Amino acid sequence: MTSGPAQSAMTSQLPLDIDALLDDRSSRVVVCCGSGGVGKTTIAATLGLRAAERGRHAVVLTIDPARRLAQSLGLRELDNQPRQVPGAGDDGGDGSGGELHAMMLDMQRTFDEMVRAHATPERADQIIANPFYQTISSSFSGTQEYMAMEKLGQLVAADEWDLVVVDTPPSRSALDFLDAPQRLSSFLDGRMIRLLSAPARAGSRGVRRLVGAGFGLFSKAVSTILGAQLLADAAAFVQAFDTMFGGFRERANATYELLRAPGTAFLVVASPEIDALREAAYFVDRLASEKMPLAGLVLNRTHPLHAQLPAARAETAAEQLESEGDSPLAAAVLRLHADRVARTNRERRLLARFRKAHPAVPVVGLPTMPQDVHDLPGLRAIGERFADGTQPGRRA
Amino acid sequence: MTSPAWPDELAQARLHVVTGKGGTGKSTAAAALALALATGGRRTLLVEVEGRQGIAQLFDTAPLPYEERRIAVAPDGGEVKALAVDAEAALLEYLAMFYNLGFAGRTLRRMGAVEFATTLAPGLRDVLLTGKVKEAVARTQGGRHVYDAVVLDAPPTGRVVKFLDVTRAMADLAKVGPIRNQSEGVVRLLHSGDTMVHVVTLLEDLPVSETLEAVAELDAADLRPGAVMVNRARPARLSSRSVSAAAGGRVDAARVRSGLLAAGLELEPDVIDGLVAETVEHAVRVDAEQQARSRLDEAGMPTLELPEVTEVGADGVDLGALYELAEELREQGVR
Repeated sequence: MTSGPAQSAMTSQLPLDIDALLDDRSSRVVVCCGSGGVGKTTIAATLGLRAAERGRHAVVLTIDPARRLAQSLGLRELDNQPRQVPGAGDDGGDGSGGELHAMMLDMQRTFDEMVRAHATPERADQIIANPFYQTISSSFSGTQEYMAMEKLGQLVAADEWDLVVVDTPPSRSALDFLDAPQRLSSFLDGRMIRLLSAPARAGSRGVRRLVGAGFGLFSKAVSTILGAQLLADAAAFVQAFDTMFGGFRERANATYELLRAPGTAFLVVASPEIDALREAAYFVDRLASEKMPLAGLVLNRTHPLHAQLPAARAETAAEQLESEGDSPLAAAVLRLHADRVARTNRERRLLARFRKAHPAVPVVGLPTMPQDVHDLPGLRAIGERFADGTQPGRRA
Repeated sequence: MTSPAWPDELAQARLHVVTGKGGTGKSTAAAALALALATGGRRTLLVEVEGRQGIAQLFDTAPLPYEERRIAVAPDGGEVKALAVDAEAALLEYLAMFYNLGFAGRTLRRMGAVEFATTLAPGLRDVLLTGKVKEAVARTQGGRHVYDAVVLDAPPTGRVVKFLDVTRAMADLAKVGPIRNQSEGVVRLLHSGDTMVHVVTLLEDLPVSETLEAVAELDAADLRPGAVMVNRARPARLSSRSVSAAAGGRVDAARVRSGLLAAGLELEPDVIDGLVAETVEHAVRVDAEQQARSRLDEAGMPTLELPEVTEVGADGVDLGALYELAEELREQGVR
């Protein structure tokens, strides 16, 4: 019922077909990424549910500490083990019924398990008891992302599900998901800590020559600030970690490679807001440079128009009604429409800018739900809107 | 709403910390607040600490260096300066006060040694950032404060208490020494009446839940919650009676049609259906917003409203819109 260049800018060009992605049995991993507050967790849950109801054995991995996914899936709690979501899945009359499992990352536990898997029991105990390990495993800024990658690797390796949907951590920047593991990895590498804790004995003469006496002063200053104990703990930790570090890094690299493998698809989620779309653009560029497969952009919470009436006409008419004190309802309806046109136009301008810079990226617009979603029927309804947005001729 | 939007204890604060759930527009709110507080010949400093250059984007300027720069002139002759604090630069600056690192500083930075040191002790990073903020709050010249107020665009609600809880961060640091002494001053400032923590929210379920959680967490950490800033507040177009009817799907299409006719608009039935559908959608949202608002009201905090800005250039919130938001804040009593 609507057409015109503005409307088609919203949905046409390259529509992102979510159902085709979910139905494609070679899709094994879907990663939802985007900046905070754009609805990634809800989208991940929606995709998992829709996939399950289309016959997939899906598991959703969320990193959301606010336990929102648990709420919306009707589970009291999610933990580090996948749990089946009751009432989600298709009827399975032919024995091929889909299923949905969900879990929430417990980064500390995942880290502990990883240490135990890679070290002798005594060495593992030694590492886990180190105060420095406790800091790293609970509050290092990249640990959550690193452990999310690790968990993703485990879920894929377990081979119990044919689709893993990952919700990425609510980080400052969408890029953190890709960068943080590297950061932690180079941190654990140990070169720097050796320099800092014992600069005099540090192996790299080249570095010391380069930095000269400054480094000695620096490490002295740092140990004055941080305290010798912390540096000693850190050094003990890195030393204990050293032997297992190779295995660790190998694993992280393997998971990183998994993200590049066929069968993986990234969905970048953004709301039609300037900041969110800027982050989305960064992420799209980054995925391209890493040769990671981008399925497309989900533009969440759009406000498509339901009525074709120019805002100026609506406003003029509303003014007339208001000045006459007549038909307050009609006047309000007209004002609302004008507000909506302004908002829709803004969203279209933002999207047009994104498209201009990224013409090859498929986009699906997901109209905002009038009500907050916190149950399975709500997630199902979003899934329907997803599908609507991808079918040519139907409006998002 | 019983309490005034901007009571005296907020007007007296010198450090305004602005937090909020991701996506609620806390940087915009912080910038508008800095402008509002600068109005009428006052001087404010807007500080960001997350290295995202959000201020430069908002004010449409080149990325900010680690240096206080004037970014806006406030109505009636005030000014807003801005500073993007960078933990690494702060550490080097700090060390330079005590040690002569010479050229080594830059090389160390290039090697990642400084990042490494701040990573080693996450608390150190926070102490350095809040330490710089405290220095700006306390700085005087000729017997008066250089800044009448400092507005800190702080980390989001999920991390803000940890960020401000410098006492805990200090556990990472040596028990004696210059940074420790400075940190004790930071703790005093943050827990005093000079500091207020404002929370930006949208009238939606999750942001409101996070706001209430953050307020409880702030209270528990003995930090002072200031105002709730409701962002993207929508104008009331429908009477409250019409809202509840329309939210239930009851919009009298015949009345709408005759009203439109009276204004000279003769529209196709499907257009009228579309207008009605938009109205119902709006009403459902307003209804949900009212529920969110009553949950917020339970917290009993002063509440400011920032209207939704849609009339903007292609670049999002532009400078004109920021001034408008600042003006709105002034009208609600911010001073």
